[in-house]
Amino acid sequence: MSHLTPELERKLMTAVERMPAFPKSVQAVLELTRNINCLPKNLVGVIEKDPVMTVKILRVINSAYYSLPNKITSVGQSVVYLGINTIKNLALSFAAVGILPRFNTSGFDIQRYLLHSLTVAAVSRILCEKYARTETDPTDCYIAGLLHDFGKVVFAQFMAGEFLQALAIAADLDKPLYVAEQEVIGADHAYVGALLAKKWQFAEPLVNCIRDHHNETAEASAMMDCLRMADILCRKHAFGDAGNPWREEGLAHMPQRFGTDIAVVIAALGDLQKIVEDAQSFAQIGTGK
Amino acid sequence: MKVSMWGVRGSIPSPGPRSVRYGGNTTCIEVRSDDDSLIILDAGTGIFPLAQTLLAKLPVTAHVFITHTHWDHIQGLPFFVPLYIPGNKVRIHGAYDIVSMQGIEQIMNVQLQYSYFPIREAELKAGIEYQTLTVGEPVIIGDATVTPVLMNHPVTDLGYRVECNGKSMFFTGDHEPWVNIYAPEDPEHAEYQAMIDQRQAELDAAIGPVDLLVADAAYTLAEYPPKIGWGHGTFDSTIQMAQRIGAKRLICTHHEPTRCDDDLEKVFAEAINRHPEPGCEVMLAREGLELAL
Repeated sequence: MSHLTPELERKLMTAVERMPAFPKSVQAVLELTRNINCLPKNLVGVIEKDPVMTVKILRVINSAYYSLPNKITSVGQSVVYLGINTIKNLALSFAAVGILPRFNTSGFDIQRYLLHSLTVAAVSRILCEKYARTETDPTDCYIAGLLHDFGKVVFAQFMAGEFLQALAIAADLDKPLYVAEQEVIGADHAYVGALLAKKWQFAEPLVNCIRDHHNETAEASAMMDCLRMADILCRKHAFGDAGNPWREEGLAHMPQRFGTDIAVVIAALGDLQKIVEDAQSFAQIGTGK
Repeated sequence: MKVSMWGVRGSIPSPGPRSVRYGGNTTCIEVRSDDDSLIILDAGTGIFPLAQTLLAKLPVTAHVFITHTHWDHIQGLPFFVPLYIPGNKVRIHGAYDIVSMQGIEQIMNVQLQYSYFPIREAELKAGIEYQTLTVGEPVIIGDATVTPVLMNHPVTDLGYRVECNGKSMFFTGDHEPWVNIYAPEDPEHAEYQAMIDQRQAELDAAIGPVDLLVADAAYTLAEYPPKIGWGHGTFDSTIQMAQRIGAKRLICTHHEPTRCDDDLEKVFAEAINRHPEPGCEVMLAREGLELAL
């Protein structure tokens, strides 16, 4: 359900093109590209941690001019198709836009958003490797995790006043943020994220994951299961919450493939400390927060 | 269909006694379809001598296909004399540039800036049209069909498959086989290699079997390692490509600009020795080479 006007949809589409990326990745891209011999894998490692840069690269490579036989769903794949030099110059053009401020007038904390996106992405990839390897691709699950809340950062950047209200309602009335967004904006971050992803011709499973990650009645898929479970685990362990704090009833939404005991799933994942530390370092959040 | 080589050198024109047998002009290939439609693949400096031959029969209708916009493939365009003569028609085809977010329409505008060239695009008298191509979408030129294929080079680069009445040729433009950006011990290595293998299979299928393959063979195996990522192939990678796609004849081009004729023949002979049964006729590109398919 959405009450976005066509004008507002168009505004958001074009606005994202001018959207700045995250501070650490902008800084890293500028530093790495000063060296003509910078290792391609280091550049890819930076870009694939930044939801804004990732979105922008997937948007251009899936454009009609390339008419590629399969949708491109990862930064690594984009390098195979476009070459590292083109990816490097694209990243530089993204870096030139500037950096997202940690807080804008909506009060939304983009560092905690990024921490949440990165940990959900990494955990979603591991869950896929352990529980759904034959059904879907771990890299696709990573991208689904990285981009599932992209609509929030779009709201924060381009509809700051409305998003501020939604965040306040969610916090004051103890409501899920997406419900508050629907009340204030007329559409939630999942809808808007999926709308943009669809217009940019992202792969359909990715669009569906973004659209339905809060919709319990949506058709399940292996990718969606991994994303939802990763989201539950990361919010339960306070690895960032992207404005939507953990609630115990969230456990009721554990996808069936993971059984009923969350402790078993956590044990299967192994040590997540490195993932969390890497994400904290990239999101520039001090350890222990 | 007739194919004529007007420029076979890579990177920068290399005139002089050391390159007199194979030629010093940069990339330009003339393709004449059976109904004499004129298709020009790339506008390196080789397009200038080609242009001289066209002036005898006006008006000229030329279909220029640019593989990519690096200088050695467009340098001759402002000297393509038919552009200055009223009544001629020149249609320039090329890729969408993902970084500048512009189509091939920008090519002349960029080249003919005031500080770099005395004539403005608006002062060219021929009818000039631009067509930004979609990968895989064929363009009909007279009785020929030209299909763009996405290659691997440090800018968007299109190879072109030209077909006419059952005969076919493919020109790679500049192309380097994909290299894994991860070390074998990196966890990402296997996944990236799988993506490369898939991409290679897609490319081979898009090129398909051809009567003639004209391909970038800039380097020897020994020269290649420090030039990984520069976007060029080796004699060996080019022969392997011909074998994979089932080419009947292979022309190795994009000669390294510092390589003299004698050295070119020497390294070519060494490559052939490494591939004693290439499965097709293999030859070096040289200016003036003409092949009827």
